[in-house]
Amino acid sequence: MSELLDIAAAATRRALELGATGAECTVSEGEEFSAGVRMREVENLKQAGSRGAGIRVLAGNLTGSFRTSDLSMQGIETMVRGALDLARITTADPHAGLPDPADLGRFNGPDLKLYDESVSRMETEVKIAQALRAEEVALAVDPRITNSEGASFDSHLGARAFANSLGFAGEYRTSSCGLSVVPVAKQNGSMERDYWHTSAREVSRLESPEEVGRRAAERALRRLNPRKVATQKVPVIFEPRTARMLLGDLFDAVNGGAIYRHASFLAGKLGEKIASEALTIIDDATMPGLFGSSPFDDEGVASRRTVVIERGVLKSYLLNSYTARKLDLKTTGNASRGLAGSAGVGPGNFYIEAGARSEANLIAGVRQGLYVTELIGASANTVTGDYSSGAVGQWIENGELAYPVSEITIAGNLSQMLINLEQVGANLEFRGSIASPAILIGEMTISGQ
Amino acid sequence: MGLSPSFFAAKFGITERDLESYLSEALSAGGEYADLYFEYLSTSSIGIDEGIVKSASESVTLGVGVRVIAGERTGYAYSDDLSPEKIRKAARVAALIARGPASVVKTGFTEARKHNLYSMVISPHDVSLAERVDLVKRADAAARAYDHRVFQVIANYADSVREVLVASSDGRLSFDRQPMARIGVAALAREADGVPQQGYSGGGGRVTMDFFLNEKTPEHFAREAARQAIVQLSAVDAPAGESVVVLGPGWPGILLHEAVGHGLEADFNRKGVSAFSGRIGQQVASPLCTVIDDGTIGSRRGSLNVDDEGVPTQKNVLIENGILRGYLQDTLSARLLKSTSTGSGRRESYQHIPMPRMTNTYMLAGQSDPEEIIRSVPKGIYCATFGGGQVDITSGNFVFQATESYLIENGKLTRPVKGATLIGNGPEALKYVSMVGHDLQLDEGIGVCGKEGQSVPVGVGIPTVKIDKMTVGGTAA
Repeated sequence: MSELLDIAAAATRRALELGATGAECTVSEGEEFSAGVRMREVENLKQAGSRGAGIRVLAGNLTGSFRTSDLSMQGIETMVRGALDLARITTADPHAGLPDPADLGRFNGPDLKLYDESVSRMETEVKIAQALRAEEVALAVDPRITNSEGASFDSHLGARAFANSLGFAGEYRTSSCGLSVVPVAKQNGSMERDYWHTSAREVSRLESPEEVGRRAAERALRRLNPRKVATQKVPVIFEPRTARMLLGDLFDAVNGGAIYRHASFLAGKLGEKIASEALTIIDDATMPGLFGSSPFDDEGVASRRTVVIERGVLKSYLLNSYTARKLDLKTTGNASRGLAGSAGVGPGNFYIEAGARSEANLIAGVRQGLYVTELIGASANTVTGDYSSGAVGQWIENGELAYPVSEITIAGNLSQMLINLEQVGANLEFRGSIASPAILIGEMTISGQ
Repeated sequence: MGLSPSFFAAKFGITERDLESYLSEALSAGGEYADLYFEYLSTSSIGIDEGIVKSASESVTLGVGVRVIAGERTGYAYSDDLSPEKIRKAARVAALIARGPASVVKTGFTEARKHNLYSMVISPHDVSLAERVDLVKRADAAARAYDHRVFQVIANYADSVREVLVASSDGRLSFDRQPMARIGVAALAREADGVPQQGYSGGGGRVTMDFFLNEKTPEHFAREAARQAIVQLSAVDAPAGESVVVLGPGWPGILLHEAVGHGLEADFNRKGVSAFSGRIGQQVASPLCTVIDDGTIGSRRGSLNVDDEGVPTQKNVLIENGILRGYLQDTLSARLLKSTSTGSGRRESYQHIPMPRMTNTYMLAGQSDPEEIIRSVPKGIYCATFGGGQVDITSGNFVFQATESYLIENGKLTRPVKGATLIGNGPEALKYVSMVGHDLQLDEGIGVCGKEGQSVPVGVGIPTVKIDKMTVGGTAA
């Protein structure tokens, strides 16, 4: 058992000694590094480590939480006593508790590859060189790339230990690294920026600095001299980067916390057809090497794969043990929290299953429409499904990307958009815990001139 | 007051000699400037949901950040352990940014001038937890009592005290004790079998719990959240396309934060990546517009006695009668632009590098009567409350989300409309301001501004303002 897990287990034991009927404790440590470069010079270097612990205690149906960065014996004692004091001022919640002991455990399958030595072994000079290279390549793509907001290389090493008073004790380590660049393109008084980013749990899985620099520059260039189109209703294609954001809004609507409060337009729709047959959504925290994977969730429940929407039918909400009890369902292992507090619900790898057609093929099928490459200030009302966002993209004319557009908004209602989701592209890539291929929505309102 | 009676001296035994030695370590490989930011943050929060006080939590975090500046380069490291060995280690890591002979640290510190802006009548530590629980219970009861159609209420109360010590290699020493408190209430309402609608209201500032007993009660925020949810029950689809837009007073000032504020932060302008870069002295708004960023307003959420680099905050004029006047500077940008800090260097915590940020951003009041402004609009939209906003500082395009709006038809507010995004371009949007009301209001104190992954509390304010042309992102053609 590591030092972190020792602390977590000792804190839960101490809570029981002091009169708690249940306790769960998370202890984590992390080491972060970031190197920022701009216009071929190093701009900043940051490096540090930190640790923290958090406990949640139960006194019958009362709960209290406390978080601290002081892991000394005294710090832990203060934390445990603090949480117990807090529990006394809450009111009894008949659904409060720890998970069903039968649900506790680790994912029992192949290694999840959450930690790779290559990240800790990478030299600072190499990290800086990668950022410099990515920016250099971006600046060299075209004379209209005149400036840069910089490039950065980040890495993070973490460890997380969790124990509860039902006897669960588990821990895991994680690693991640990432490279990004933000070039600025300028022409005839038009100035635009865009970015490209690659991240992975092991260094060899990163895209090359050349690829990152080139893609970022191409994206910035194609935004130059945008037009503002007229207000109209047209088909809209979300590229993977923006489709992923839309999917994030949809996550909020299948979150058990919103369901039991009747604060989701999908409440009460389990088993109903709520989307087009083209749509299948999975949540899977057991995919090796991905950012949404973990052996167990943040209350010690074994990770798993859950089909959320299957060919348009709502199959499951995503739940932790609390929301499951509220809804008289079983937890899906989606408990999520920082260090302390009652667990919320978070995604594993939450993704739209890839379709058969290429993104180019999707575009080719649209006579007149919008291809969205950036969403600004997207606002989705989970309660009603109303959706409205600023958008940047390319106008589609006769199946081809014709010219850039900006300073427009797109709007619709999520429940209608799900029904109108006509096509799903084949280009599914996991760049974070939420992932989507390109998707085509049959009609949305564009607001412009 | 000197270091000796300060929080960090008393609790951790830190002396001026210690500070000098850490700063010397930070400059051991050269560099022109180094600073230390000590932080001790204690927070507490309580939440009620379904009428049950489901959560109560507290936290204590502390640490020190060490920064070294060498030309345009910044080295940064931090430690959550205040033992001398750990702080020295962080200083050596931050020093890696510089490559040269050691620089000399000025001996002796001068305590920085600072404001006295916070009302700390009751220290949060002196208030029993039970009293704080009462606030959320009152909010829950008031929202439910407002209308029988309200069926779900979530209310949260949170407060914190942040003890800060900043010491720099040029001899600046400053202390601050920064309180913060807020209440937030969300309400859901529905007709018998209808679709639910939500409302949200919240507020607070650099105050302590007594503010919610004496000035803005939990009932005030609860009724406002419930009122908004009820209004939405009869809302029609928002219009799509260009429209005359009238912004109500207060929180709609987020327009200024997004449209001009971010674009005037000096880091973006030093790098030439803002749509406002190189435009000082140019007309960027209607002559009716004067926009201020002011960190010195008593008790406001965005206010600070000293910024997070130990510099006293200021009242900074950004736009004067439509002319762009100045940028928001932190220490680094001021050094590189041969200017002076405007007291705008802020950071989320000791784990973060400071950068230029806004405090409380607002537009000065004009001459027009607010009712006359609405009467002057034959067809348009009136926005009373907003959610968040966002800006692309390079193109200048910004959005903000109206959460409570009404159609204006023949000079009168008629039907409420659903939430919609409004979009405009920073250097252009304010040129269309044709009337400014005499009713300047600051917001209730709920703003959080995000930039490069760092969140800081901010305030905004605006009088009733008429904008002749702006794009409204609804669905009704």
